Amino acid sequence: MHVDLNIARFDPESGEKKPYREEFNIEVDETSTVLDGLIKIREEVDGTLGLRCSCRSAICGSCAMRVNGKAVLACNTKISDLVSDENKSINVEPVGNMKLIKDLIVEFDTHWQKIKAIEPWVKTDAPPPEAEYIASNESMMELIGVMGCIQCGACVSDCTVLAVDESFLGPAALAKAYRFLADPRDDANNQRLKDLNEPAGMWDCTRCMQCVEVCPKGVDPMGRIMKLRDFAMEAGYKNTTGARHAEVFSDIIKNNGVLNEFWLPVKTFGMFNIPEMLKLAPIGLKAMMRGKMPPIFYEKIPGSKNITKLFEKTKVV
Amino acid sequence: MFDFDVIVMGAGLAGMRAALAASQNGSKVAVITKVYPVRSHSNAAQGGINAALTDRGDNWEDHAFDTIKGSDYLADQDAVEVMAREAGSEVINMEHMGAAFNRDDEGRLGVRAFGGQREARTFFVADFTGQALLHVLHEQVLSSGVQVFEEWFVTTLITEEERCVGLVAMDMRTGELHVMRSKAVIIASGGVGRVFEPSTNALICTGDGISLAYRAGAGIMDMEMVQYHPTTLKNNGALMSEAARGEGAYLLNAEGERFMERYAPNMMELASRDVVSRSEQTEINEGRGIDGCVLLDARHLGEKLINERLLQIRQLGIDFAGKDMVTDPVPIRPGMHYIMGGIKTDIDGLTSVPGLYAAGETACVSVHGGNRLGANSLLDTLVFGRRSGEHASEWVKTQAPASIDDTHASRCLEEIQSLLDRDSGEMFGQIRLDLGQTMNKHLAVYRDQKGMEQAKSDLADLKQRYASVMVQDKNKIFNTNLIFTLELGFMLDCAETTIIGALERKESRGAHTRTDMPERDDKNWLKHIVVSQSNGKPKIDYVPVNITKWQPQERKY
Repeated sequence: MHVDLNIARFDPESGEKKPYREEFNIEVDETSTVLDGLIKIREEVDGTLGLRCSCRSAICGSCAMRVNGKAVLACNTKISDLVSDENKSINVEPVGNMKLIKDLIVEFDTHWQKIKAIEPWVKTDAPPPEAEYIASNESMMELIGVMGCIQCGACVSDCTVLAVDESFLGPAALAKAYRFLADPRDDANNQRLKDLNEPAGMWDCTRCMQCVEVCPKGVDPMGRIMKLRDFAMEAGYKNTTGARHAEVFSDIIKNNGVLNEFWLPVKTFGMFNIPEMLKLAPIGLKAMMRGKMPPIFYEKIPGSKNITKLFEKTKVV
Repeated sequence: MFDFDVIVMGAGLAGMRAALAASQNGSKVAVITKVYPVRSHSNAAQGGINAALTDRGDNWEDHAFDTIKGSDYLADQDAVEVMAREAGSEVINMEHMGAAFNRDDEGRLGVRAFGGQREARTFFVADFTGQALLHVLHEQVLSSGVQVFEEWFVTTLITEEERCVGLVAMDMRTGELHVMRSKAVIIASGGVGRVFEPSTNALICTGDGISLAYRAGAGIMDMEMVQYHPTTLKNNGALMSEAARGEGAYLLNAEGERFMERYAPNMMELASRDVVSRSEQTEINEGRGIDGCVLLDARHLGEKLINERLLQIRQLGIDFAGKDMVTDPVPIRPGMHYIMGGIKTDIDGLTSVPGLYAAGETACVSVHGGNRLGANSLLDTLVFGRRSGEHASEWVKTQAPASIDDTHASRCLEEIQSLLDRDSGEMFGQIRLDLGQTMNKHLAVYRDQKGMEQAKSDLADLKQRYASVMVQDKNKIFNTNLIFTLELGFMLDCAETTIIGALERKESRGAHTRTDMPERDDKNWLKHIVVSQSNGKPKIDYVPVNITKWQPQERKY
């Protein structure tokens, strides 16, 4: 089978500041993966091609890269799934949101610093028991779901928040943080939640789903971040914009049966929060000029009392 | 120049366990690893870790006996006793550090059955136990004072007055060489998988540590004992965990027969690995295979159990063989998986070179002898990783720093420069492939004199080709072309020790099965074969097997 691998190359020693493109036309088997293709190039055509890879079984996390614009593990991405009779070309680039070193190799330093920042080790108040801790299989299965993370960086690569704010802890570190909060053996939940409640923490995720989409191990980082938020709310960490947003959102629906988009931001930031109100003003003006300004007063929907009752019955705050 | 008490080469389970033990004992510790720690090959261990816990009604003697029988009586029984006795505390320690582990109904650690053992004593985290433990140890290293040199490649061990006093390593990101002085070096750099093609092993498993120790004069033991895992995927040789059979999956031949009935009527699919691999190979050789494979059939286990306990290998089957084990049998065959041999050590990890230790797959204590039981490798890494870390950190308290300097690096640099200066010649890739194919052809499940001699002469040719190998990449930053070429040099050393050992052992024992000498010969060969370098030439020594209380018997499953 023929394939054209179009690879983003970067030679840090050439003096060129920018990556360039190079296309390799190679023959591969029907079952070959993108990684097989890259290794073939590296061993038979151009020994200078730089990439990381090791296990070839989607467990070591070395070979994350962007293939046709999406972060994947090259070792479990089949070439035959990406080419057709008309289109034999595959686009290969390094992962995003990380600094480039050479060709497909990027710096993971910031990533590891963020992992370390969440203090990823079990903290206990008392010395451990003589035998194992007693814990339900269910609670362990929940952890095992997150421990499946291989730190490949695919989620970090395609995170839309990291693309605009590099200080964000990011999906991998937050998912790892969740693993400790959900661990019945860990006693540091309060401290952990306090730290994760800070800016660049759990509330900065915009729920775009990219991390869930690209994770090759089904870890569901965003889902874990949402659970972190639940933990934070339950523990009373409500003094953040994110927490207030969630509360106000819920409150408005509870009382009116429908979302009031005018009051949502105003109540979230607080009406007397002058700087934030001034920031909102231009958006309001623009919306008004285009006739998109949400009404200040909403009619409650018919039967909204039933919705209030539903909220009370299910005890949603 | 860097200066440490203890330097650990490798950041898999053995390396990180050793580093933590040495650090907790007060040593200044560095870990040098050619990949980020969580990329290490300990990741690939799927099924679990063995321990006989007394509160489950199990006892360490039974575990020890199963291990010794599994080893075909080549394991040193004092070492096996140590491993079996200390297994429980190591597993519990990992649990305390945060490893999740599947649980039983009472919330205690759950067990699954594994090959070659009469009791179910394998503790597990789904089917990625190695990965789970590796990440937990990495977390502990992050919270410790251990300094990790990530993506640094060791080129040479430094010895002075026959004592190991440090090493030279390349920072792959800059290409610079550095001298790292220490009072002890612990090699924990894993196995030699890539010497064989195909292999379940990761591309990083190139026998670096074994070769470096060999070059430094250490004894290399039992290298002929190469484990072929019974269930590797047809297409890419990926590992399908023994956990599948532990949970009850069958092996079927082309006629749909559970053929293990004829080879191991009691243990069936859970006989020890050498036995199952030989049985499969016999079926295939006698025409009852399908396209060079037999079938792993897990359909009767049901989707729920498969998803809870075998999820990763289910995905591997789908990704790499196009077979979903919930609905289809998966074609598998024996594939090179593990080296029982390695750097000869005592039960504290010490090699024949003072100051030089080894632990994990790199080492040969020996606890696995002629055949390793599934789920004993993780245990080996933790028990002997810790012991070597503890022992090394005690040893360094009595040692003065050696008087070495940066000249060691400049000497290495000259060698590398002359390699880079070569502008014509063959690249490493084809030499490595030819090596792997020769080894896989002649030193596989079944061996004979003629084949092994062929391998020996092939190796001589390959060495000659390697002597004029060319590195295409002349740059410094992340020159993986150079790294792979240096690794191939390590692999050729490892192949040499394997071929020498295999030709020397004139019997069949464990994984070393000769069609021309099919019987085990306890009278002449109940001993280890140790290869070391003497004046640049390999020299063979014998060491008797340490037998404490289990006399060799006929081995039946």
